[in-house]
Amino acid sequence: MLPFIIKRIGQSFLVLLITGVIAFSMFRFVGDPIENMLGQERTAEDVERLRGQLGLDQPVPIQYVKYLAEAIQGNFGVSYRQGREVSEIILERAPATLELAAVSATFAVVLGIALGVFTAIRRDGFLANFIMSASLIGVSLPTFLIGILLIYLFSVELNWLPSFGRGEVVDLGWWTTGLLTESGLKALILPAITLGLYQMTLIMRLVRSEMLEVLRQDYIRFARARGLSDKTINFRHALKNTMVPVITIIGLQLGAIIAFAIITETVFQWPGLGLLFINAIQFVDVPVMAAYLMMISVMFVVINLVVDILYALVDPRLRASST
Amino acid sequence: MTTPVLSIRNLTVEIPTRHGLFKPVQNVSYDIRPGEIRGVVGESGAGKSMTGNAIIGLLDEPAHISQGEIWLNGKRIDGLDADQKRRIRGAEIGMIFQDPLTSLNPLFTVGEQLVETIQLHLEVNAAEAKERALALLERVSIPNPPERFNQYPHQFSGGMRQRVVIALALCSEPSVIVADEPTTALDVSIQAQVLDLIKELAAERQVGVILITHDMGVIADTTDEVTVMYSGEVVESGPTDQILSAPTHPYTKSLISAVPRPQKKLHRFPQVSYGGRQTTFKIEDLARNWDKSTASRNGTLLEVQNLTKRFIERGSILPSRRKYFTAVDQVSFDIKDGEVFGLVGESGSGKSTVAKMIGTLHEVDGGKVIFDGEEVTAMQAEGIARYRKQIQMIFQDPFSSLNPRMKVAQIVAEPLVHHKLLPPDQVGARVAELLDRVGLTKGAGQKYPHEFSGGQRQRISIARALATQPRFLICDEPTSALDVSIQAQILNILKDLQEHLGLTMLFISHDLPVVRQMCDRVGVMKNGQLVEVQDTETLFASPQHAYSAQLLDLMPRLTQLSD
Repeated sequence: MLPFIIKRIGQSFLVLLITGVIAFSMFRFVGDPIENMLGQERTAEDVERLRGQLGLDQPVPIQYVKYLAEAIQGNFGVSYRQGREVSEIILERAPATLELAAVSATFAVVLGIALGVFTAIRRDGFLANFIMSASLIGVSLPTFLIGILLIYLFSVELNWLPSFGRGEVVDLGWWTTGLLTESGLKALILPAITLGLYQMTLIMRLVRSEMLEVLRQDYIRFARARGLSDKTINFRHALKNTMVPVITIIGLQLGAIIAFAIITETVFQWPGLGLLFINAIQFVDVPVMAAYLMMISVMFVVINLVVDILYALVDPRLRASST
Repeated sequence: MTTPVLSIRNLTVEIPTRHGLFKPVQNVSYDIRPGEIRGVVGESGAGKSMTGNAIIGLLDEPAHISQGEIWLNGKRIDGLDADQKRRIRGAEIGMIFQDPLTSLNPLFTVGEQLVETIQLHLEVNAAEAKERALALLERVSIPNPPERFNQYPHQFSGGMRQRVVIALALCSEPSVIVADEPTTALDVSIQAQVLDLIKELAAERQVGVILITHDMGVIADTTDEVTVMYSGEVVESGPTDQILSAPTHPYTKSLISAVPRPQKKLHRFPQVSYGGRQTTFKIEDLARNWDKSTASRNGTLLEVQNLTKRFIERGSILPSRRKYFTAVDQVSFDIKDGEVFGLVGESGSGKSTVAKMIGTLHEVDGGKVIFDGEEVTAMQAEGIARYRKQIQMIFQDPFSSLNPRMKVAQIVAEPLVHHKLLPPDQVGARVAELLDRVGLTKGAGQKYPHEFSGGQRQRISIARALATQPRFLICDEPTSALDVSIQAQILNILKDLQEHLGLTMLFISHDLPVVRQMCDRVGVMKNGQLVEVQDTETLFASPQHAYSAQLLDLMPRLTQLSD
């Protein structure tokens, strides 16, 4: 088990190093930052002086090492647009995105697994077939369209839920939460559904097909021959085997939820990281873009690492072969 | 005579299909008495398993019992509803399946699965259930039950798993056990142990056992009564000795005559002739335009010297900490022109690994393979390609060795196209000829593998292997997945290949009677080592190595069989 984890952590660092190169190279290819920082009336000396101050006159590999060293300490430089520390801006925006992602991930996983199991067990039932057909909509409609439709229905026509923003938030000092106020919770519903719907249908269809596969296995037949009840067979024997491959996909999808919150946040004007990133792109705010890229890749790598470890915990065969 | 625990009367199972009603089981009747083992024998598709499933109430929709009665301990059970049937399953009727590797849930420990079943059927608390489970494991001769209790199925060998499956079937002290091909997936030596265990348990606990199998050897050694089935119907039923020594129905006669005899060598295998399904194949015709310049330079076509293969058991960055498992250890033998050389041994003895190294499917870790005087292990890519054209392999499982997405004609044409042996416009004609020679009908080329039976697929594999006009054929358990009747067919084709085309063969099998019929010389393998190489007749008459003697001893005698 331990060598397996160490190997995975090593691989994770390699991935981070490579994304670091990509993030860093943005500074070089998106344009000269000096041009952005100094106005029209710069002199040649100003340019030279700033270049020396920022260390941009040094060789590229050294600049990269310095950038990484700073990044590891959480220092991603200063935003070109806002003139504030990038890390400070990100910390300020992160709670909004993480809350949204957590709620929509819970929605997607819980409902996805439940519906997946239901449609697998009642394979030929009317309701199961209806859910399967309806799920095609979830898979095929683009996120922004779902968002707009939901806003039209629940905000414009029915006027039940707010169409934008985060509502009232409570500041806990290190974290701002919208989960403690009524308007905050109301504001969360539509974006969470919009963001989670695609993942939910994906998980549901995956659970269904995996479960159908597992139910065909010999050990399920043998469990029947032992006289176990359908409930025990479906929820104890089949579900656990179904979850082995499903866990991987859920893990990857959790990363995707955070990464693709950009669209949902834009539609609902949700003050999170995605919106921050979109704005950063519009203003070519490279430090923010680079920091966002690094952060997302760290998140993906960590999630994958956790998934791999979970995988080994669920499946004893993997545990044995890796020790 | 004691009263039967289970009686089946005129049982008929129906499956409605698009092409009308299909009856896989028709009018089947038999009884099982306490402590008795009844064999049910027949080829695949004869309705043996379907009858077993009907008894235990596990028929897959839309199959259903349309007629007849099943009585268990004086109660009629065929008309019960799903819930009542479930209560009988596992409680009064236990079941043992064919493949022990897949019949246990891989994610639960053996103990969990036993305790679960015990608590389901008996009113006991967790501690008592565990005690019972340990006692059962002890009874089925699992060494060190307390430790094994907490292990997962993958930590058990195939034979051990089948013992666990038997323990599971015994959990609730059933009065009948349906064992569906319980030893087909096991080695000869393990098979003997498992069958002995079943025999002991039947006598000791007065359980009636229905033993479904296609193996006459198992029937002869284990059962008290036997029922022979053919295409859904019982053709003959009675005491085992009587049926085997004096069969009356023509199908039984022909089935018994097709069983390879361990005692003597015959020129050809008698085929099951009943039902008018004789297949004709014309290997002689193939010989006419077969390039027969196959005599090797020194009379020895293939030579293997100190062949060794190691697999990494535990990986590590430090070479000194790596643990290796030596699958093949310093194996040396040679095969003469036109000879059939057999390799026998239990699974895990390294037979297939040797074959794969000769076929260049595995890297060689030590030693040499020499083909017609040239060292294959030292060849460059170009030489290997030339070598591969001259050797071909036939694998055990005809279901997974053919690509399901390719048409049969494409499959057989692939070696021709890959090695650029024929101009594209002649490939079609050659493929048609090959398929015809192995006895497949005209339209076969345009179908997909799943449209064929196991025996037909194995003939497709043979046609594919013959496409390059090889000089050397590696057959890795070519018939162990097939019925006796089909087995005879395939073995006869292989014999013809040797006789008419002068092919040299490496024939791997764990079935000793088959080896005796097929091979000129035999090598016996154990734990990766070649313990003995002998002329077949010498080996069977007087084995030199203790292990060979032990293997021969385990071979079913079949002395009751009529000739």
